[in-house]
Amino acid sequence: MEIPQLTVTPDRYLTVRYAGASGDFNPIHIDEEFARSVGLPGKILHGLWTMAQCARAQTEAAGGPQSLKRLAVTFRGMGVPEAELTVTSTVREDDGTTARVDIVVEQNGRAIIRNADADVVRGGS
Amino acid sequence: MSVNHEAIGKRYDPLVYAVGREKIREYAHAIGERDELCLDLDAARAAGFADLVAPPTFAVVYQAPSVALPYFDPELGIDFTRLVHGGQEFAWGALVVAGDEITTTVEVTDIGERAGNGFYTFQTRSTNQDGAEVCVGTWMNIVRGQ
Repeated sequence: MEIPQLTVTPDRYLTVRYAGASGDFNPIHIDEEFARSVGLPGKILHGLWTMAQCARAQTEAAGGPQSLKRLAVTFRGMGVPEAELTVTSTVREDDGTTARVDIVVEQNGRAIIRNADADVVRGGS
Repeated sequence: MSVNHEAIGKRYDPLVYAVGREKIREYAHAIGERDELCLDLDAARAAGFADLVAPPTFAVVYQAPSVALPYFDPELGIDFTRLVHGGQEFAWGALVVAGDEITTTVEVTDIGERAGNGFYTFQTRSTNQDGAEVCVGTWMNIVRGQ
């Protein structure tokens, strides 16, 4: 199995839509002024949104929502809106049924998720 | 910083989350989901599902009310201004479909202290109305020391 690289650029208001969709209204994600007041460069992406991009890279390649059995991520650094993210997936093991995939998410040349790994089943059988 | 190790093993009352079709659609749009099973009711039904299928990471939506319980528990005393989400794991079982009623329990599985920082791990387990396990979540948090 091969998992193509996924690229996505979150727009300026993505964090507001994701806050509503997920229920996570932490102001560091939606309030530019608040984020700066606590020493951040500005609004930062929700880590769990970035994790969802890791999941999407797997399910789009493997055949739908039933194909992802496990996903573990470590959050490193911070993602920001309006800059492209790349999700790079490397199949480490593949026994013909389940693939073990290593995943890295980078933005502006830095990893914002690393040491991530997933168990992916073809077609989700 | 001091942490309360006695809360390791603490469990909270289960909570039930009713999965709505438009909530799935809203979440799917927010993460850029393109799978028609998550967006198109006719496609989901044609594939044999009763309703729209939730993307796997929709687990954050139905597990959030449960995982909020330890985060806000005074016995744990987590300082939100110093809280960092360090890592996250989900393991999935049965698919979640709109109309499902998902019951989630949460347990404090670890509390520790290293290099002046506090570490808190919570585990959420969710089952559907038929008793099938749909997702186990592991939420790893760091509370930065002074």
